[in-house]
Formats: sequence, C-alpha cells, structure tokens
Amino acid sequence: MSRIIDKTAAELAADIREGRLTSVEVTTAFLDRIAAVDGTVKAFLHVDRDGALATAAEVDAAVAAGEELGPLAGVPVAIKDVVVTKGLPTTAASKILEGWIPPYDATIVERIKAAKLPILGKTNMDEFAMGSSTEYSAYFKTLNPWDTGRIPGGSGGGSAAAVAAKMAPLAIGTDTGGSIRQPGAVTGTFGAKPTYGGNSRYGLIAFSSSLDTPGPVSRNALDGALLHEVISGHDPRDSTSIDAPVPPVVEAARLGATGDLSGVKLGVVKEFKEGADAAEPGVIAAYEAGIEQLVELGAEIVEVSCPSFTYALPTYYLIAPSEASSNLARYDGVRYGLRAGDDGKKSLEEVMSLTREAGFGPEVKRRIILGTYALSAGYVDAFYGKAQKVRTLIKQDFERAFEQVDALISPTTPFIAFEFGARTGDPYQMYLADLYTIPTNMYGGPGVSVPVGLSEGMPVGLQVMGPVLGDDITYRVAAALESTQDVLLADTAPEIEGI
Amino acid sequence: MTKLNTFEQAVATYEPVLGLETHIELDTATKMFCGCSTAFGAEPNTQVCPVCLALPGALPVANRAAVEATIKIGLALNCTIASWTRFARKNYFYPDMPKNFQTSQYEEPLCENGYVEVVVEGEVHRVEIERVHLEEDTGKTLHVGGTTGRIHGATESLVDYNRAGIPLVEIVTKPVPGTGALAPEVARAYTAELRDIVRSLGVSDVRMEQGSLRCDVNLSLNRPGEEWGTRTETKNVNSLRSVERAVRYEVRRQSALLDAGERIFQETRHFHEATGETSPGRSKEEATDYRYFPEPDLAVMEPSREWVEELRASLPELPRKRRERLQAAWSLGDKEMQSVVNADAVDLIEATVAAGSSPAGAVKWWLGELSRRANESGEELTALAITPAQVAELQGMVDDGRLNDKLARQVIDGVLAGEGSPAEVAAARGLEVVSDTGALEAAVEEAIAANPAVADKIRGGTHAAAGVLIGAVMKATKGQADAATVRQIILDKLS
Repeated sequence: MSRIIDKTAAELAADIREGRLTSVEVTTAFLDRIAAVDGTVKAFLHVDRDGALATAAEVDAAVAAGEELGPLAGVPVAIKDVVVTKGLPTTAASKILEGWIPPYDATIVERIKAAKLPILGKTNMDEFAMGSSTEYSAYFKTLNPWDTGRIPGGSGGGSAAAVAAKMAPLAIGTDTGGSIRQPGAVTGTFGAKPTYGGNSRYGLIAFSSSLDTPGPVSRNALDGALLHEVISGHDPRDSTSIDAPVPPVVEAARLGATGDLSGVKLGVVKEFKEGADAAEPGVIAAYEAGIEQLVELGAEIVEVSCPSFTYALPTYYLIAPSEASSNLARYDGVRYGLRAGDDGKKSLEEVMSLTREAGFGPEVKRRIILGTYALSAGYVDAFYGKAQKVRTLIKQDFERAFEQVDALISPTTPFIAFEFGARTGDPYQMYLADLYTIPTNMYGGPGVSVPVGLSEGMPVGLQVMGPVLGDDITYRVAAALESTQDVLLADTAPEIEGI
Repeated sequence: MTKLNTFEQAVATYEPVLGLETHIELDTATKMFCGCSTAFGAEPNTQVCPVCLALPGALPVANRAAVEATIKIGLALNCTIASWTRFARKNYFYPDMPKNFQTSQYEEPLCENGYVEVVVEGEVHRVEIERVHLEEDTGKTLHVGGTTGRIHGATESLVDYNRAGIPLVEIVTKPVPGTGALAPEVARAYTAELRDIVRSLGVSDVRMEQGSLRCDVNLSLNRPGEEWGTRTETKNVNSLRSVERAVRYEVRRQSALLDAGERIFQETRHFHEATGETSPGRSKEEATDYRYFPEPDLAVMEPSREWVEELRASLPELPRKRRERLQAAWSLGDKEMQSVVNADAVDLIEATVAAGSSPAGAVKWWLGELSRRANESGEELTALAITPAQVAELQGMVDDGRLNDKLARQVIDGVLAGEGSPAEVAAARGLEVVSDTGALEAAVEEAIAANPAVADKIRGGTHAAAGVLIGAVMKATKGQADAATVRQIILDKLS
C-alpha cells in the first residue's frame, strides 16, 4: 500500500514529524478522498477544508522550524457533530440546531487544537445520538462502506464510516449506550468508550449526562490510544470529570501489539450467551474464533456471572430518556437554533411547542416522551428510581467480576450491519443493537470494540470491558488481537462501489 | 366576592397557620454554576456565558463560596448541615430559565431542621426551619406593548439573563401555628430577623426593594380544635410591611369565605402593594409536575465536619446577641428595646449614636416623630429621606439649645422635603431658638402685662401657672424661644 490514506495515524504522525510527508499533503489526501467518496458514503455533515489546511500549514511551519510537536500533530481528525466546535456548524444532526454556529469549543476540541490535529469536519450521526443506525439523522443516511445497502451503525455512523472509508485516519465519537463501539463493530473499525469521567464532557451536546462519554475512533488500537491520550484528563469545567492520571493506553496498546497475553485473565459473561436476544450465529462464530486466538496469545478465559446484565437494556431505556427529556428542554427556539411559528400572533408557549414539534425527529420525540413519563409524579419511583437501583446492581456485578478477571469480553453487538429500514419499524429491534455495550455505560468503566472477523462478508467486533480507570487493559487486549491479523481487518474493506 | 371580615372578627373565629418561604440572593462575586459576574444593574445580557445561557454542551460547576454561605446561613439558623447533599433538576418551561429546568435541591438539602426565635409583644415565638437549600435564580422577562407589564396583552417579551444563575438560597419554615392575632406581626418579625441574621453574616445585601430578599407567604385558617385548612401561597411579598399586610389580608379574605361555607383553593396569589390585597395566580391543583431528579451534571457534595465546624467558629455576632449588647449600651428597658426592633430601627439608631447622638435622643427621634412620618406616608422607616447622620446633627442642635422640639420637627419637614441638612434647613427657614435675652425679656414683660391674674398666681407660689405665660411668649416668638429659658425668666421676674 502506498497511498497516504492507507497509512495509520501513528505512521502518518511519524512521517510528518520526520519530514517524509507534510501535514498539508496528508490533510489534502484525506480531503480529496472525502471529495471522491463522500458523495456516496455521506459520512460528513460539514467539511472544513480551509480550516483543516490552515492547521496543517501551521504544523508544517512548526516542523520546518524544528519545534517540538505532539504525537499526532498534523494528522487530521473528523469530529462527531454532537461535539461543539467554535465557528463550525454543530447540529447534533438535528433540525432544531440547523445553522447554529457555536461561540466556544468543547474541552476535547480545545485539546485537539492544542495538539495541532487538523479538523476535517463534522460527521453524521443519529439525531442527538439517539439510535444505532444513523438512520435517525435529520439530514441524510450514512452508508456502510463495506456494503452501501447497509447501515454504518449508530449513533456515530458518520465517524465510523469516515474512518472505514479512509476519509479520515481518526475520528471522535461519543458513547452513551454503544455509539462508538457498535458502529466500530459493524464498519470494521476500532472504537473506544473510555472510563466515564476520564474525558471531559464540556462541550459535548448532552444526551444522557450520566452516561455520555467521548472517545476515539480509528483503524487500530494504537491510533485510538494516541487520540485517547490527546483528549483525556481532568477538566475543571466538568464536575463529573475524574481528577486522576490518564491510564497509560498508548503504552498498553504497544504492549498488546507484541502479541503476549500471558497472565491475563479474561471473563466471558454467562448471561450474554443465554436468552432469545442472543447474537446471530455468524457473529458468535467470529467471536469464538477470536476467543481461541486470545487463548493462543496466552490469555486465560473464565466464565463469570453478571445476573443484572439481563436488566441493563430496560434500565438504560429509563435512565437515558429521563435525563434526555430534561437535557433537551433547552431547545425551545428562544435563544438559538430553530424557531417555528413565530408570526407575532402566537403565544410563547405555542412557539415553543411548534419549534419542538418541527425541530425534533421521531426517535428524539419518542425518548423525550418516555423520559418525561418515567420522571412524572406517581411513576418516578417505579421507573427512574427503580432503574437507578438496578444500575447499582449492574455496577456491583462488574466490581465482583473484576475481582476475578482483568477484563470481560463479549461480541460488541448481536448482529452484523443490517439493511436500511430493517429495524426502524420496531424500536425494540433497534435497541437490541446495544445489548452488550450498555452494561459498561451503566457501570462507567471503559469498553473497546476491535474487529475480530467477518460474518456474511461483513465485519464483526469483539468488545473488551475493563474496570473503572482500567482503560489500558482494554487497549492491550485489543492490540493483541490485532497482532493475530496479517492484514488489519479495517484494511480489507472492499473499495466503495462507483468510485 | 364575599365582604371581608375585619381582622379582629377573623381571629376571634379562626386560628391562622403561617408558613414562610424566603429566597435570598447571595452576593458572591460570580454566579452559582459559572464564572459570570453577579453585579446588579449591568446592561442586559452582558453578564452571560455558554453555561448560564444554556448553550448546547455547556456544563455547570458549583460555586464553593455559595455553598459556604449557605452553610453559614444554616448554622446561624440552628440547622443540621448535611454530610451528603446533592443538586436536583426542577423541570418546567419558562423563557427566563435558559435550561428550562432550574438546578435546585430536592430530597437532600444542604441544611435542615433549624429554628429562629422572635419576640412579639413580649412573647417569644419559635419559628421552626424545615430546610435551607441552594439553587440558581432565573433571568428576568420584560413584557412590552401591554398596559399592565404582564404577559397578557403584551406584543413582545424581552429576556435579560444577567440574573440567570445567581446563587439563591431558599429558606422554608415548617408550618407555624399558634400565633393567633399576632400572625401578621410574627410573619414580619421572622422576616426581619432572618434578614438581620443574613445581613450579619455578610453573605447577601438582603435588600427587599432590589429583590435580593423575596418572600412567599403561606397561610391557612382553621377553627380551634379542627385540622389545618387549605393554604394559599402569596408570592413575592417584597417589604416587611407587605408581609404583615399580606397575612392580614389573607386572614380576612379566607375567614369571610369560610364563614360563607365556601372552600379555600390551594393556589398561588399575587400581592398588590397599592391596595394591600391579594389576587389569584395559577392554581396549584393544575400545577406543573416538576419531575425532580438528581442533577447528573454535578458531583455530590460532602461537606466535611471540620469545614462545618470552622464555619461555625467563624460566625459573627448574630442579631440577637447584638441587640442584647446594644440594649445594655443604650440603657433601654425590654419593652423599649422591643419597640426599637419592631420599628426596624436598630441599625438606624446604632448609626445615629455612632454619628454622635445620645442614645436617648436617637431612640426618641426614630421611634417618635420619624416612625410617625413613616406611618403616615406608608414607607419603611429605613426608606425615609433622612440619614442617621442628619438625625444626630438635629439632636446636636437640640442639645446645644439651638432648636427646641417644635422647631426640630419643622427642620425634619425640610430635610424630608430634600432641602438639605438640618443646619441648612434651619438657616434657610430661619428656625433658630431666640436666644437674645433682651428680646425674650421684653416678650415676658408683655405677657405679664397682658395676664395680670396669672402673674399674681405665680407670685403667690403657683409655679405651674407659668405655662400660660410661656405659651404666650412662644406665640409671640413664633415658637422660636427655648421654653426652659422663658420659664426661668418668668420665675426670676415674679418671685
């Protein structure tokens, strides 16, 4: 492979630092790829060619001047549109924020800018990160680069598809119930949901405050780890941010890449293998082949029981919509974004209602209604209150499990990328996509998805879940699994039709 | 509408139960959850940021100074300070509330179970405090184009978010039964005491007229021995006098309804300064469901016991102690001191004494003539257009014999009319005591000549009769003579 876009972020960073490539060349290559491919894939809501090239030129000047640069300087990145970027349109893929230009940067964007990564643009997603297929974007659907008749996962389908189609070497995603990991699994990319509180949420448009976590999307674990370290660390502007050292994920990814997992104990969750909601046979086959490889690398596999995981999905669909119903109240047409029906005759209340009616899509409305109901007087104890108690049990299951094992593994998602429209008719069928990823969010620990194989020609992901602030073990296991692949799975995607 | 009962009729039949909710804006330098300034009076929407405008993605961070101030208030109100406390979201839509939820506290307030004691007509009333919690203020909406300034009839509404996010402490009493006919005075005394306590802590300027202290008055009536009645909540009662009037009015209104066999609706009511009446606002029975839940964007707070004890040790002299100290210093009896407190004159008298007046003089003016003026004009004593320094100056002129009481009252007229300091008013209006003994002696001679019978009585030893002659001299000098001097001249001449 000789193309710039085929290189990993780590390779590109080294090439730029050592003068083999300029950041402008690299950034231009990805911008050109976007121009060639994104008419088909539709991963981007907004491309900032000028801004990206300006940063690239700064990096090249700095290299020429012999300045010390960060480990990813000059390597371009795409950012999910739920993350606020100063001067760049930010909509969370919702009509209610169409045309809004933020006056400030999210903390993680400040850090990306400080580390001098050119920002290519903003990626498509399910509206307000609610969905598992990116079909709920208010603007357009994003296609899966492996099969354009299929979904790229969600909510971060745009970031995953951009990386899978090599329109970006790196992307930022956010994960509330699986929105980084599940798109990673179905597009054959690597995605990490870090420990909750490990990465600042300041400037992340809130869906569910107690669950939302920003993290990296990349083609392999090392690239993800490099980006993870750029954006991580305590932020005084986010009071849920953890004031502790960032787990050494880059070091862990390098260690994993040596292919040695001896002494590592991995747990297989018993409850994930049971019940009607179990994974497709093809997914299970690829996952079990992955387990065999992990064993070959020296890992010890044990079965652990996490009985409360069975209730994670319904618990999530009480907590997340409850918080969302409150978080999304601010979109009322008063201060910014869409305002509908303001003809000078209607009352404020009518204008607020019309704005929300026109500005929110069906899935967002469904969750606002769910959450409003779950918090309402007379129901709050039975729904929101009970869900919080179950959440505590899920946390305890994890804590008990990590007394026995270093990490837990599972398939990332029960099924491969499905065809457009296959699950939009039945919300529950869509929600099942996050069956295995949601427990981690409820607990607050880290989880990554790494490509493990194919089923029906489509990628399958293996999830590694670690203890709180144990992000490093998840990267180590993922990188070890990658070391068994002669060619990175992410590099085996077929070329996009019509290019 | 049923005709109102008199207050006396009402309390003869019913027992009032009071409840008071007070909001106090803290005067921290920055807002509750962001770094914006809290200064009063800035241009609209100049003290705002992504956090207090609720831009997408912005997150709150709690202001430690506000938490500290709230703990101090709780300690001064004899509350227990929580060792584990958190914020909660109170969800409802309103345009002056940027997030469409208020970050407040619900099941876990910072302070609970305190009390305040107030003395009314010699009786101690203990007002139990249910909770003291911390929340954020809303912005201000200005309705333009209507005639009333209310939303009804307005063509446009303008919102100023400068106030949005200013730390607000809410202090809620438990129901206060047993005050009977003193309910209005107890409500007022409690509010005044609370204000004085908070002011002494230096955590708020507690200015009711600026809205940094706002009261909601809850009131219900029941017949003796029966269960408590349905309460109404009268909102934003914004002066001590209004607190008293609002209670009085609700007692009269509710009693008339109950007498007529009608029911009281649980509702919020508005107080009207001009008429002293209340009128219905929105009904609580169709009220919003606030859907409270713990605020997931803010960490739980666990104030350490060491910190709480440090704060307790740092509390300044509280009003009650201060009053005891001042009462001794001013040599006042209990009843007199109570009058000073009830008149809200402690600060005024202290400042007047500090400006050089004798305590007796300061008490005399503020409780006498000036209280009467305030009553006449329906103002608070503190709102009168005369400063403690001016009162001290006035008393100084009396002490020097330059003014007598009658002249001094005329000088007060001038000061209140904005004519300047007492000395300036006295000079401009020519209000000085006639100290020219020659002129006084001539006036006395005239008075003796005009009243020979009275003069004989005095010569015969009936000194009390001198009053007639003094009156005549005062009349002749248009009141500008010093009565004691005149008396002395008369007695000298006739004995």
